[in-house]
Amino acid sequence: MTNVKVKSVAKTYGPISVLTDISTEFPEGSFTSLLGPSGSGKTTLLRIIAGFIKPDEGVIMIGNNDVTNVPVWGRNIGMMFQSYALFPHMTIAQNVAFGLERRGIKGEAARKEVDRALEMVRLSGFGDRTPKQLSGGQQQRVALARAIVIKPSVLLLDEPLSALDRRLRQEMQVELLRIQRESGLTTIFVTHDQEEALTLSDKVAILDRGRIVQIGEPETVYERPLTRFAAEFLGDSNFLSGKVENGAVRLSNGTVVRSDSALPGNGADVTLAIRPEKMSLATADGQPNRLSARITTVIYAGPVLSYILETPDGLPLKLFAQNRDGRVLREGETVSLSWSPEHTIAVAN
Amino acid sequence: MQNDQLALAQTRGSVDPRVKRPLPAWVSTTALLLPTYGWLTIAIFLPLLTMLAFSFMSATPMGKTPVEFTLKQYRAFIDQPYLLRIGFNSLMMGFWTTLFCAILGFLAAVALVRATVGKTRETLLVLILLPFWTNGLVRVFSWTMVLRENGFLDNILHMVAPDAGSISILYTRYAVVLGLVHGYLPYMILTCYIALVTIDDAIIEAAASLGARWWTILYKILIPMAAPGLISGAVLIFIPVIGSFMEPRILGGRVGVTMGTVIEDQFTQAFNWPLGASLSFTLLAVVLAIFATFSGVLRGRTAG
Repeated sequence: MTNVKVKSVAKTYGPISVLTDISTEFPEGSFTSLLGPSGSGKTTLLRIIAGFIKPDEGVIMIGNNDVTNVPVWGRNIGMMFQSYALFPHMTIAQNVAFGLERRGIKGEAARKEVDRALEMVRLSGFGDRTPKQLSGGQQQRVALARAIVIKPSVLLLDEPLSALDRRLRQEMQVELLRIQRESGLTTIFVTHDQEEALTLSDKVAILDRGRIVQIGEPETVYERPLTRFAAEFLGDSNFLSGKVENGAVRLSNGTVVRSDSALPGNGADVTLAIRPEKMSLATADGQPNRLSARITTVIYAGPVLSYILETPDGLPLKLFAQNRDGRVLREGETVSLSWSPEHTIAVAN
Repeated sequence: MQNDQLALAQTRGSVDPRVKRPLPAWVSTTALLLPTYGWLTIAIFLPLLTMLAFSFMSATPMGKTPVEFTLKQYRAFIDQPYLLRIGFNSLMMGFWTTLFCAILGFLAAVALVRATVGKTRETLLVLILLPFWTNGLVRVFSWTMVLRENGFLDNILHMVAPDAGSISILYTRYAVVLGLVHGYLPYMILTCYIALVTIDDAIIEAAASLGARWWTILYKILIPMAAPGLISGAVLIFIPVIGSFMEPRILGGRVGVTMGTVIEDQFTQAFNWPLGASLSFTLLAVVLAIFATFSGVLRGRTAG
């Protein structure tokens, strides 16, 4: 069990800068998600930590060791791939034993370790089968067993659940979390699935165009996004822009909106983000922030109702409401929205 | 896609009575296979049958000697024991050529698969196919220019060390194997390339992440996974090589007496077609026996 440190890592491919000055720490035993759209550099960062890509600049530390110049096979990492990457010509037991053999663990000792690892992923008795005889979910669990049996310093997961269907993916999330907690392995998880990132991680790092724009606990990152990109990529957000006026924000249509966020001085341009589920359709709940808008689309999704609205001056808004009293508003109705200053977050553009 | 079209054709057929119902599957299958199998029958099966018939004759039927049915041609290996040695040499020639092709071809295929930068892969493929596009005779004769005494190789050596003797290997078995490897290497490279190119990069990366260095990846992952390519390459090379006569004759000189040259002599010099035919079929039987043994061994290994 060790922490991983990344210090001012940069990588460019020709004229394209894939990673720019990344510095962060993955604490011992933590589960960190690298979340970002494709091209954000999250996979490149993971592959640099793994050793498949050499950074142009910067240092990678695993524990107290500088591994920047250590090749992949010497880094003692456990890795899972989207395509499972099991060795098709070997049995499940041989697959799991592969890393042990490389460490000189053979025979009875290796067999015991393999059995224990397969038991951990609930695949005891599958050792003599070949990868082809297993389902996708089972194959991915073998890949997990193979990665953890070598007691790696760090577990690196490259979108390992993306190839699974929804139900299986949720099952595997639970399994992955349980095994990560049991083993206490420092885990770095690359995903583009925000829900997966929120459910699994102790920490979420949001990457955009080669930079970490925000890193923190899922709750903090979701409730207090620092930038417009973070607010938009992780969950949904409504954005209102205006100018600061006496500690509040005056929108272009004249409405004054209050925010608990620290605001810049008078006259400065500011963008406010409000989560769609934090707005309510209630008429008189005493919230100081109000807007009136017309419903353009109603999306009925069972427990949750999504309303797409438009203010008289053409600003699009989204609102999520619990389907509590069974009253569904109709398209074309004009409603009054309200929300609290606490949920009005000033974000950088 | 195909099924969709078939289904489409069927529904259309039921709607419009003028449109014929599609032919039954066996008719179209037969029609599609007929040209190929017809050609194979005419071009391979019939000549081979003729040769088989020849091998049981006492003399070439075009001559004046009366022809009768006999099995004596198949006793050649007993009557002329030196043929056994020649046969063995031919098999060894096949073995070494196949082995060198396997080693060089596999490594070249690995390099080819890993060459992903720009047009490197295309360029390398063209370079590999070059021996295929040159005339075989020209290819072999150009080797004599390189290998003979005071040839290209000697000249280079004498530039470095003027007092050194000749390192000419022309008219040795090494020269024969060298020429054969040059000619047949592309088969091995291509079959291995096809097998290797299907291996997912992540599998190699997974092995590396588990602590495997390049040689472990080679022996434990690449070679076992590309075994089908190695085997088909070996089959493609071994069979023509043990029957080859051009390379042994030109590069081997006096030592280049192989089953191939003996058989060729029977047809072109001695005009003893029945003996040539019987030797060919004996060789075919030996090759089939070797492959039968090996496939049994390989199957036993994968099963166990």
